[in-house]
Amino acid sequence: MTFIAKPKVAHPSLPKNALGLTRRDYEGALSTLCAGCGHDSITAAIVEASWGLGLEPQNLVKLSGIGCSSKTTAYFVSGGHGFNSVHGRMPAIAMGANAANRALSYIGVSGDGDTLSIGLGQFCHAIRRNLNMLYIIENNGVYGLTKGQFSASADIGTKAKKGETNFQPPIDPVLLAMTLGASFVARSFSGDKQQLVPLIQAGLKHDGFALIDVLSPCVTFNDHEGSTKSYAYTREHYEPAVHADFIPLEREITADYREGEALPVVLHDGSRIVLRKLDSAYDPTDRSRAAAHIQERMKVGEYLTGLLYVEPSQNEFHQVNGTPDAPLNSLPYEALSPGSKGLEKLLARYR
Amino acid sequence: MSKADPTRINDFTIKIATVNGTGSASANTLLMKSIFRSGIPVMGKNYFPSNIQGLPTWYEIRVTKDGYVARSGRVDIMIAMNAETYARDVKEVAPGGYLLFDSTWPRPALLKREDITVLGVPLARLCNENFNGVRTRILMKNICYAGVLAALLDLDLAHIRGLLAETYAKKPQLVESNMKAIQLGYDYARTHLECPLPLRVAKMTHTAGHVMIDGNTAAALGCLFAGATVAAWYPITPSTSLMDAFKMFADRMRIDAKTGRRNFAFIQAEDELAAVGMAIGAMWNGARAFTATSGPGISLMNEFLGLAYYAEVPVVIFDIQRVGPSTGMPTRTQQGDLLLSAYASHGDTRHVCLYPANPEECFYMAVQAFDLAERLQTPVMVLSDLDIGMNDWMCRDLKWDDSYRPDRGKMLGREEILKLEKFYRFLDKDGDGIGYRTLPGTHPKAAYFTRGSGHTQYGAYTEDAAEYQIVLDRLMRKWATAKRLVPRAVIDATAGSRCGIVSLGSCDGAIHEALDVLKQRGVGLDYMRVRSFPFSEDVERFLAAHELLFVVEQNRDAQLRALLTLETAVDKAKLRSLLHYSGLPISSSFIVEGVLAELQPGARRASVEAAHG
Repeated sequence: MTFIAKPKVAHPSLPKNALGLTRRDYEGALSTLCAGCGHDSITAAIVEASWGLGLEPQNLVKLSGIGCSSKTTAYFVSGGHGFNSVHGRMPAIAMGANAANRALSYIGVSGDGDTLSIGLGQFCHAIRRNLNMLYIIENNGVYGLTKGQFSASADIGTKAKKGETNFQPPIDPVLLAMTLGASFVARSFSGDKQQLVPLIQAGLKHDGFALIDVLSPCVTFNDHEGSTKSYAYTREHYEPAVHADFIPLEREITADYREGEALPVVLHDGSRIVLRKLDSAYDPTDRSRAAAHIQERMKVGEYLTGLLYVEPSQNEFHQVNGTPDAPLNSLPYEALSPGSKGLEKLLARYR
Repeated sequence: MSKADPTRINDFTIKIATVNGTGSASANTLLMKSIFRSGIPVMGKNYFPSNIQGLPTWYEIRVTKDGYVARSGRVDIMIAMNAETYARDVKEVAPGGYLLFDSTWPRPALLKREDITVLGVPLARLCNENFNGVRTRILMKNICYAGVLAALLDLDLAHIRGLLAETYAKKPQLVESNMKAIQLGYDYARTHLECPLPLRVAKMTHTAGHVMIDGNTAAALGCLFAGATVAAWYPITPSTSLMDAFKMFADRMRIDAKTGRRNFAFIQAEDELAAVGMAIGAMWNGARAFTATSGPGISLMNEFLGLAYYAEVPVVIFDIQRVGPSTGMPTRTQQGDLLLSAYASHGDTRHVCLYPANPEECFYMAVQAFDLAERLQTPVMVLSDLDIGMNDWMCRDLKWDDSYRPDRGKMLGREEILKLEKFYRFLDKDGDGIGYRTLPGTHPKAAYFTRGSGHTQYGAYTEDAAEYQIVLDRLMRKWATAKRLVPRAVIDATAGSRCGIVSLGSCDGAIHEALDVLKQRGVGLDYMRVRSFPFSEDVERFLAAHELLFVVEQNRDAQLRALLTLETAVDKAKLRSLLHYSGLPISSSFIVEGVLAELQPGARRASVEAAHG
C-alpha cells in the first residue's frame, strides 16, 4: 500500500546527475499495482527521464485523473507536488495550474478510460489550447479497477478475459491528437524503455502539448490469448518508425548524426530532438502524410511507434494569452490592483 | 380618471414594451441614466427573453424619490411599442395612468379603457420621414419615444445629450442622429400633447455619491481588486457579463506598461466542469482564480466542488442564479440554488456561501470570497442572481482601501519549510481545523499529494476507518471556524416586535420598502438578512428571540427556510414562508400583502394568535 514509506537508502557509489541527485531522489511511494503491470515500467521510465534531465524535483508537477494509471503519480518524484483529481478531468486541473505558474514542468498521467471515454472532451480541448504539458496515456484497452470491462481503445475483435469479443471501433489517441493539431505526438510501449525515456525527456522539454500514448499491458485483465493489448501481441505488432533522441542544451553533439539519415528538431530552449527514421517511407514532420501512414499500418494490425509527429513552432497557451514570463502566481499584489485611484477612473462611466 | 390631485413628482413607474433586438435597450438606459443624472433616485429592471431578436421584452423604470430599489408592483406609464403584447400591456396600467402608443397606425382596440389616458405619437411616421434605411428607422423609433417621454416628464435634454456624447465619443455622427430622433419626439409631444404630465420629474440632489451599476460588473471589479489572475468560465446567461466585465477591466488595468503582456489569464473552457477545474488547479497552484456560472453550471460543477472541499483547495465561484429547474427560464431571476450550493456534491460536503443583496455587496463580497477561500482552504460560492447581476442598481460609491492586502491564509514558503523537520499538509496544528499548505516549486520537502480519495492527516492514501474519520472530523472543526469568519447577518430590531422577517440576497430592497409600508399600517416588524452560510451566531439568536418569522425568498420550495431548520435549533412552526418564484424580481407589495394576510385580526392560524399574544 502507498502509505508504507519506501526506505530511501542511497549507496554512495550511485551515479549522480548535474544536481548531484541519484535516481533514488526521483522515486516515489511503493506501487500498489499488480506485479508485472506495464504502468510500473512507465513509472520507472519517468524516474529515469527526470533524473537524466536533471529536473529539480520540486519543479515537476504531477497530475492525474482516476484509474490504475492515475495512481502512479504517487510512485515517482515524491519531491514534486501531485494532484490526483477526478475521473477524466485532469486536463482542467493541469490547465489551471499551468496558467498560474508557467515556469514549472507539468506531467499528466492518464489511462485509456480516463482519457478516451469520460475525459475525451477535456483531452481534446487541452490539445486545442496547446497546453504546455506532457500527457502520458497508459493504454491497456481495459478497465482494471472495475475488473476487466473494455475501454474505448479496445480493438475490434479483441477478446475480454471472460471471452467476450469487442465489436466497437477503437478511438486512437494518436490519430485523434494529430487531427486536432497536437504539436508533439508519440507512441511507445511500456516494455521499450530505450525508446520511452528519450520520448519523455523530449515531451517534457517540448513547448506545448506533448502526447505519448504508451501501450501498457494489463497483466491481470488483458494479457491473455485473443487480446490485442497483451505483452505477446504488442511485442509482435509494434513497429518503431522513428527513433527520437533527446539532446539537452549543455551536451553539444554534432558528429552523432549524418545529414539525410537523422533530422534534428530544435526546441525553444535550444535543446534538440534528433529523429532517426527507421521506416524510410515515414515523414514525422508532415501531419497529413504521417497520419495516413499510421492508419494504413493500423489496418494490417501494426502499431507504429516513436515520435510520430513533431512541430516545435506552434504557440502554446501562454504565448496566445500574452502572459508575462514571470508566473502569474508570483506577481506582487501591487501589480494587480488598480488601487483607489484606479477605481475612481473605472467608476466614471457608471455615474 | 381619478379626481384627486394627480400630480406626482418623482414617484411613479414607467414600463416600456418593445421587441427584442430593436435597440430599445439603449433608449431605456438613456432615459434611466438621465433621471439619475437629474439627481433623482431611480431603479431600472430589464425583463428580456432568451432570444436574440423578435421576442417581446420589457423595461421598467421606477422613479423613486424615497430611494427604493425594488419593483413597486404597479405601472403608471406604459410605452406600448410592441403590437404583439398591446392587449396585456394595456391591462397592466394602474387606473389613472397613461399609455403611449405609436399612432402611425390606428389602434382602436387600445381606446377601450376609460380609466387611463391614452397618448398617441406617430413615431414610425416621424422616423420614416426623417431617417433612411429600414434598420435605422427601427432603431430611431425607439430613441424617439425617449424624446417624447423627456417632454412628458419634463426631463432635461442636456443630460440626454451628455450621455449620448459619452456613449458615442468615437462616433460623433451617431450623437447627432440620436439627438435628432430625441428632438423629433420631444418637439412633437410639446406641440401635440399636454406637457408635462402630472407625473413628472423634478431635479433632486440625492444621487450624488452614488453609482448606477449592475452586480456582475461590480463583482468583476471585486475580482480585479482581490488580485485574481486566472479567470475560467463557460458562457451561460446570466453570468456571462461578469466575465466580460472582468476582461474589460483587466484589459484596461492589467496590461504591463513596458511589455504589453497581460497580467491575467482568461480561459474560455469547454464546459462548466472544465471551468471550475481550471479555477481549482490555478488556486491550488497559488494564483487567485474564479469562475462564474448559473444553476445549470453549478449542477455540473458538483463533482469538482466535492473534490475541492475534501482536498481542501480554495476556489471562488459566482452563481448568478436564474429560474430553474433544468434550463428553466434563463433570462428570469430566482433564488433557487440555495440548497444545491450549500451541500453540493456527494458524501458529507458543505460549502461556504455568501449572499450579496445588491451590486455594492457584490463588489465587497467578491473580495471577501477570495480571502475566505484561502483562509479556509475551501470553495466559496457567491450567490447573486439575475436581478442583481444584470440590472443597474443605484448604489453608494464603491470605495477601496489601499491598505488592503490579500489574506493568503496558512501558506508556508521555502524558508519556513526548511526550518521544519517534516511537513504534513493536513495536520491541525492550531486547533482551528485548518492545516498549512505549500505551493508547487517551493522545495522537495514542501511537496505533498493532493487527492480526492481517502487520506490521512499526514497526506497519505488510506482506507483505514479511524484515519479517514480524523480528517472528516477536522473538516467539521474547520466549519466551526468558518462560522466565526463569514459575514454576519444584518439585523434591524428597532421595531422591537415579536414578529420579524428573515430573508437574503436581492429580496432586501423590496423588504425595506415593505417594512416602511407596514409601519404606516401599524405593523412594525424586525428584520434579519442572512449574508452567509454557515449561519453566523447572531442568526440563531434572532430566530430564538422572535415568535413568528416570515421567511421571504424567491423560490418555490422554501430553501432558506429548509436551511434554517436544518442548521439551527429554530422551531419550524414559527417560520412562515413568503415565496415569490415567478421569475420577476420580488415586489414590495407582494411582501406587504403576504404579511397582512397573516397578521390581520381574525387570522385563523393559532400560531398567529400566539404571536399577537
